[in-house]
Amino acid sequence: MTVTLETVSKVVGGQAHLKDVSLTFERGAVNVLLGATLAGKTTLMRIMAGLDTPSTGRVLVDGQDVTGVPVRRRNVAMVYQQFINYPMFTVYDNIASPLRIARATRAEVERRVRAAAELLHLEPYLKRKPQELSGGQQQRTAIARALVKGAALVLLDEPLANLDYKLREELREELPRIFRETGAVLVYATTEPTEALLLGGRTATVHEGRVTQFGPTLEVYRRPVDLTTARAFSDPPLNTMPVQKTGNQVRLATGNFPAGGTLAGLADGEYTIALRPHHLALAPPTPDAVGLGGTVTVSEITGSESYVHLKVAGHNWVALVRGIQEFEPGTRLDIYLDPTRLFVFDVRGNLAAAPAVAAAA
Amino acid sequence: MARIEFRTLAHAYRPAPAQPDDYALKELTHVWEDGGAYALLGPSGCGKTTLLNIISGLVAPTRGQVFFGDTDVTGLPTEKRNIAQVFQFPVVYDTLTVFENLAFPLRNRGVPKARIDERVRQVAAMLDLERDLGRRARGLTADVQQKISLGRGLVRSDVAAILFDEPLTIIDPQLKWELRSKLKALHREFKVTMIYVTHDQTEALTFADQVVVMYEGRVVQSGRPEELFERPAHTFVGYFIGSPGMNVVPCEVAGNRALVNGHAIALSRSYPAMPAGARIELGVRPEFVTLAPAGQGLPVRIERIDDLGGIAIARTRLAELRINVVVSHPGVMQGDQAGLVMDPARVNIYADGQLVA
Repeated sequence: MTVTLETVSKVVGGQAHLKDVSLTFERGAVNVLLGATLAGKTTLMRIMAGLDTPSTGRVLVDGQDVTGVPVRRRNVAMVYQQFINYPMFTVYDNIASPLRIARATRAEVERRVRAAAELLHLEPYLKRKPQELSGGQQQRTAIARALVKGAALVLLDEPLANLDYKLREELREELPRIFRETGAVLVYATTEPTEALLLGGRTATVHEGRVTQFGPTLEVYRRPVDLTTARAFSDPPLNTMPVQKTGNQVRLATGNFPAGGTLAGLADGEYTIALRPHHLALAPPTPDAVGLGGTVTVSEITGSESYVHLKVAGHNWVALVRGIQEFEPGTRLDIYLDPTRLFVFDVRGNLAAAPAVAAAA
Repeated sequence: MARIEFRTLAHAYRPAPAQPDDYALKELTHVWEDGGAYALLGPSGCGKTTLLNIISGLVAPTRGQVFFGDTDVTGLPTEKRNIAQVFQFPVVYDTLTVFENLAFPLRNRGVPKARIDERVRQVAAMLDLERDLGRRARGLTADVQQKISLGRGLVRSDVAAILFDEPLTIIDPQLKWELRSKLKALHREFKVTMIYVTHDQTEALTFADQVVVMYEGRVVQSGRPEELFERPAHTFVGYFIGSPGMNVVPCEVAGNRALVNGHAIALSRSYPAMPAGARIELGVRPEFVTLAPAGQGLPVRIERIDDLGGIAIARTRLAELRINVVVSHPGVMQGDQAGLVMDPARVNIYADGQLVA
């Protein structure tokens, strides 16, 4: 099965919530919608579910136009950020509810509830009521109910956002496996780049109502088509700097450096260079590394690594470095970048050069 | 500002508590030094919010006392404690401007107008709120509203401590970074005691000088971030801090060797005999384990490689045991057999969950 959005737009009270979105989702791998709060992810899902209709454009399921078909006549399941379960039902009855509504036989209900409970490690809790469960168990119950429905389309809208960090980590690890085992088309919305990477599959980056890129998750991460996508897919934030390339030299506000690495083959002109925090170093990583002077604003220690926040040529940068690196604010230091790891964007923000895959890691 | 001290504090929500399980917060004596940056880290239900509410006076402890400096404040209501609080959801006066929101605690105390003006502008400058001072709070984004909540705590020079209860939960990841490093800078600037409650290890470790880890109503370790990372005092700390957490596997210890599933692992020193009947475990972080060709170290099978862009995590398996390994360039594939080598200096031994010193 495939679900296709064809030039979908949504305008609410004169405000454009979605602009000209075209996407095709297939089964097999999870489809991630990655973007900030209010970027349009939930609006997209509501349109796919049939809870809302698009202002223009169409929704197709296996090529059939379903744009006006209401949610109750579609084969859709949805999991929300808030855990939604029936408080008076046991976990078993919660999971069984869509099957009973569909008048499945007793044996069928039993078989499918057991299978879903096993997948989500809920077997020990089947006789409990939702309020006797932890948040993670409650959300697993909601996910099990969505899966047991056998829906052709399962929409998960930031399902782990209200869970503890550690529970989120565990469920994230389990979810890709669970998803692979269902035959449904899965769409999963998140604000977190790390979550997208852990889920794998394919990612669509959503920014201010537009889809900026859609492709295999690691490919979007490693070859973002524009600066907006690169920013949306960076946590901690991407470090950027406008530069001027003239011949074999690159000029920035505070000085020049040789136009090596990914900058080498580019025509002269203005660009924005960008690199990820873990590609900055406190000592030259290679003989060709470029040192830039910076001033520390704050350093944060995680126990095994440090985030050093700096002002570099007037821009706020953050470096993720190994070990405990504590600096007083105001400390001046040189920060090094490897020019083969630079992303380069042109003046319109489109990708001009990206690191080779090995260097993009 | 004040040093905050708990003396044999305990709290139970149910009446007439008898056994330890009845207590949401088990007996605790603890000092929060004046001007410190503390994080209170633990999962839902571990007692961290109870502890925070005891400091602020929202909860009266079942037993023990709370001191601010030399004053016993156990019986004092919240408004007499000079505590500022920032909650998960921003608390702002919608119809007031940002300036009026920030000035509110000072006007309430009858501070002269010129002084209010000076102080509000100073705090607004630190929080990058200067351009918003004339705007109404309604309709501002969550991160700006949360800055206002924080600013209301900072304008008061008499505040004993600022308490944060999961303040960044509803903030988008990118803005979280900005707000968190801002908070750290503000702490350095104002030197006010800050206690920050969170279940998010990154927030706790990056913000705090001292991280207090709570588990089932107890403080299981209190220390600097690197201590918690390198020498977790309890297997729970090892699991909860780090992503993925520390690998914990059952073992036997004989002198300077540990046996895991019958395979010997070198330890950095010789251990005395373990307490009889105790659950003995070996803990090692995924960062301190390396993959070698099959034949060396523990014979494992690679179940899966999770490529996270910057690093990859190899999920390996030794019979029923699962061991995670952080790798920069995998060099192995799913299904491969490999050897797993641990850095002996980084291997910790635990008896019934507690670090064997």
